[in-house]
Amino acid sequence: MQPGASSVPVLDLGGILLISIQGELPDDAAVDLRTDVTLAVSETGARGVIIDISGLDMVDSFLARVLAEVAASARLLAAQAVLVGMRPSVAITLVELGLALPGLETSRTVIEAASRFGVEIRDRGDQPAARGTDRTPT
Amino acid sequence: MTDVPPVGTATSVVARLLREKKEHIAQLWADQPLFQAVFTVTRDEAVEAGRAVLEALAQVAESGRVDDIAAPGFAMIRQQLAAMSTSRTRSGLSIGQIDREVGALGAAPAEFLEDASGDTDERVRARLLWSELLATLRVVVIETALQENREIVERQRQQLLEMATPVVKLWDRLVAVPLIGMLDSARSQVVMENLLEAIVEHNATMAILDITGVPTVDSLVAQHLMKTVAAARLMGADCVISGIRPAIAQTMVQLGLDLGPVTTRATLADALELALERQSEQAKGIAPRH
Repeated sequence: MQPGASSVPVLDLGGILLISIQGELPDDAAVDLRTDVTLAVSETGARGVIIDISGLDMVDSFLARVLAEVAASARLLAAQAVLVGMRPSVAITLVELGLALPGLETSRTVIEAASRFGVEIRDRGDQPAARGTDRTPT
Repeated sequence: MTDVPPVGTATSVVARLLREKKEHIAQLWADQPLFQAVFTVTRDEAVEAGRAVLEALAQVAESGRVDDIAAPGFAMIRQQLAAMSTSRTRSGLSIGQIDREVGALGAAPAEFLEDASGDTDERVRARLLWSELLATLRVVVIETALQENREIVERQRQQLLEMATPVVKLWDRLVAVPLIGMLDSARSQVVMENLLEAIVEHNATMAILDITGVPTVDSLVAQHLMKTVAAARLMGADCVISGIRPAIAQTMVQLGLDLGPVTTRATLADALELALERQSEQAKGIAPRH
């Protein structure tokens, strides 16, 4: 299997890989993605893999398993995978199916996931992570 | 008078009597507690209601379906009976007491039937028929009252489902659900959906499920809670359960219920403290720009 066979691009953000899955992901494309990610991690020596599934409105048991496998194989290569942006309906379906994906790290947004790896992505001029606790005027 | 009375004579006797003496009986009924207490504005109103009931009973007698609560005659007064039984229930009467009041309505027509002309056999048959008709009316009233109660319960259940699951934003990126009352499958489903929607809306990194108001926790409730926590975690939000009372904690241990990896705190305040600690930890993870 050649890298880049999958229809989903794997972006290197410098030490972190960003994968954004848009629309439907057929079973074979999911398997290709798993191969791609594993190869990309070993090539780049990335320490983090962010998988954005905010574009998916359905995750079946197969895709859930593949995502868990991506995370597990990334971990073997010393990279931590974080699943980002799951929709409420998807979360409910997975829980009802009994697929709580216990080994998988999750985050609300890509920004948050990146901050876990010490990479700061700012969409505005303020400091997103400092809100809430630092309310006192300086 | 030796001729055999034709079939249905008793029914026509009762129907005729109810119509002939309608005014008289209605006046007597208007003084009975059942009518008097319900139609408090004017006496005429009570009399009018009595007339309606008598007309309906006459129709039922005519149709020959005196033992059938689904007889078309009853349909006309069902709404009125519902209003009457509801009013009596509100003033503190049990269904049994209402039933006795309806039963007391039988006396007046019975006396008229006693005085009616005709031979003894006919009078006895008419009396029996009237008793049967009255018994059916009592069943109709009870049925109507129960139906009314069922509707009230259903309405309140719906209201409870809508009202009792608010998701509140406690802090920046922190939401909480104060759960009140028994948690069944339908409600926990609503709670889960509301919470997950709120996590998206507020971009929450943490959610607190406060179960101070949940009276008991059995295996089913625990399972619902764990599902909600798991779903929130999948969305990228940490979920903390707070407000487990000592008695409930003991019951859960005795039942062998394990919440597994779920973080728990004794009170909502403790959970809030934990959430703020975690947020400041996360904030330290990123160096400030200046």
